[in-house]
Amino acid sequence: MSLTLATLVASITVFILAIFLGFELISKVPPTLHTPLMSGANAISGITIVGALFLSNTQFNSGHPGLAAWLAFAALVMATINVVGGFMVTNRMLEMIAGKKKRKGGD
Amino acid sequence: MVDPVVWDIGYLVSAALFILGIKKLSSPKTAPQGNRLGAYGMLLAVLVTMAKMYSEKIIGLELIVGGLALGTIIGVWMATRVEMTGMPELVALFNGFGGGASALVGLSEVLKRIDDSEMITDSVPFPDGVELYATWIAIGLSVLVGCLTLTGSLMAMGKLKGGFYIPLSKKDDRGRPKWVNFPTWGPPWLNFVKGGMLVASFALIWLSIQEPGNTDYVYALVATSGLLGVLFVLPIGGADMPVVVSLLNSLSGIAAAFTGFVIGNNVLIIAGSMVGAAGLILTFIMCKAMNRTLPAVLFKSFGGGGKETVTRTKVGSDPEEVAMVCDGITKCVIIPGYGMAVSQAQHAVKEFADMLEAEDVEVSYGIHPVAGRMPGHMNVLLAEANVPYEQLIEMDEINSELPECDVALVIGANDTVNPVARSGEGPLGGMPIIDADKARVVVIIKRSLSVGYAGVDNDLFFEDKTMMLFGDGKKMMNELNAAFKDL
Repeated sequence: MSLTLATLVASITVFILAIFLGFELISKVPPTLHTPLMSGANAISGITIVGALFLSNTQFNSGHPGLAAWLAFAALVMATINVVGGFMVTNRMLEMIAGKKKRKGGD
Repeated sequence: MVDPVVWDIGYLVSAALFILGIKKLSSPKTAPQGNRLGAYGMLLAVLVTMAKMYSEKIIGLELIVGGLALGTIIGVWMATRVEMTGMPELVALFNGFGGGASALVGLSEVLKRIDDSEMITDSVPFPDGVELYATWIAIGLSVLVGCLTLTGSLMAMGKLKGGFYIPLSKKDDRGRPKWVNFPTWGPPWLNFVKGGMLVASFALIWLSIQEPGNTDYVYALVATSGLLGVLFVLPIGGADMPVVVSLLNSLSGIAAAFTGFVIGNNVLIIAGSMVGAAGLILTFIMCKAMNRTLPAVLFKSFGGGGKETVTRTKVGSDPEEVAMVCDGITKCVIIPGYGMAVSQAQHAVKEFADMLEAEDVEVSYGIHPVAGRMPGHMNVLLAEANVPYEQLIEMDEINSELPECDVALVIGANDTVNPVARSGEGPLGGMPIIDADKARVVVIIKRSLSVGYAGVDNDLFFEDKTMMLFGDGKKMMNELNAAFKDL
């Protein structure tokens, strides 16, 4: 899993392009959506859960789980809270906002 | 063995779902769908990872499933339990967890590598040259940014709450433990300390590259960056929190992206850097709404020292008088601020608006972008009170309507309606404001005449057309509602 020069350059390419993509995607956000966008994006940043999963596995695989293993486990729990809680809270907020629109339209 | 390309394609689909999700989150019609797409993307990423581990070799399955279950239970419990008024704190806390997880992954990875290299039987030597530098820098940065995000978010959470109860302390006569306000403290020299610590963090990363087997440097890095996060948020006052919260949101994404470099996974890099960009955009929107630059918000203490003292006085009005003024008007604009959030007056405000609407009054809400403590705070609170979202009007739009408005009802806002901002002088100079003073009558619900966050006296309070209702936002709104019913 060490970074070779080739993978490093490829990773940096993806990194830079994704930053530009992020700026382009959301140039204008209406204020109503500031909070949901923030908490939704926050839930997505919980993608680090993938790293936590891999590390938990390799660590406990090694047969003698030490500090590194338990840190990976803690990371897994934290990332899961971030992901699950984040998407649920965002969903609750958006239902509040969008639910009202539906009722208004039905009048 | 399954061809590894299968997993990469799975991650690619997941990254595409995130991109679509974020795109859709920025428009009101598609936002719920955007959130769901993001969640599907995450589920897919987790499933692909589990499948990949299963196809290779999985031993710690019970623990992994246990960890996922534990996190899910806690996450669901927190997300369903929270009131809308507690939303800023919860978003800050989740954000901290995201950053913390990234830091822990980096930390665990580096400890693992050191462990592996120490085992004599199957020793894995450290990589050398570019590989060593790249790997160790990526790990170092994910630990640095992650720890900073974790402690900074916890600080922000404390500030958003305003303070905390000391557990087990002596209870007062109302049976509550002692309440301590969350500190805001930052002399100018603290910036040099922070700068020094940042340099020290980079030095520690460099040292750990020189001596890759030494865990001391790694732990020192954790301590330094954690403390840096605390010091980073400590000097920043409550009203600047929207900037800080969105900046921390951005950092948690960046931390995830660095973790992606560490474990060599593109989906982390893509999702993380997009979140980083999104958070940065929000940060700049917030800064613009305050007419301040990001460095000024972060490194200059604001308003703290030279607060103007209020020497003028103003006679407060009764709710009955205000109710009479509001009788028979045709247009009312409600301008909420942090005071509405603190007193949780949004339902009482909505009740008042309903009564006005029953009398054929046109009611709308003027929302300042930085009103409250997080981006979009007022919108979420008013949405919770069932205010139709069409009535929540952005600052620029409401300002063109205010000259035709009969009553502007300002509840718990100060700096965002201070006309001195238009003069272009003083701490508030040039900040865009809601022109409440253009309305025929201005009603302000506020506890006192004291200055706001910027420490500037507000002329609006003392104008002849202004009626002050002194008191707690919710209490005064309820009294106003009762008075209006009695008319």
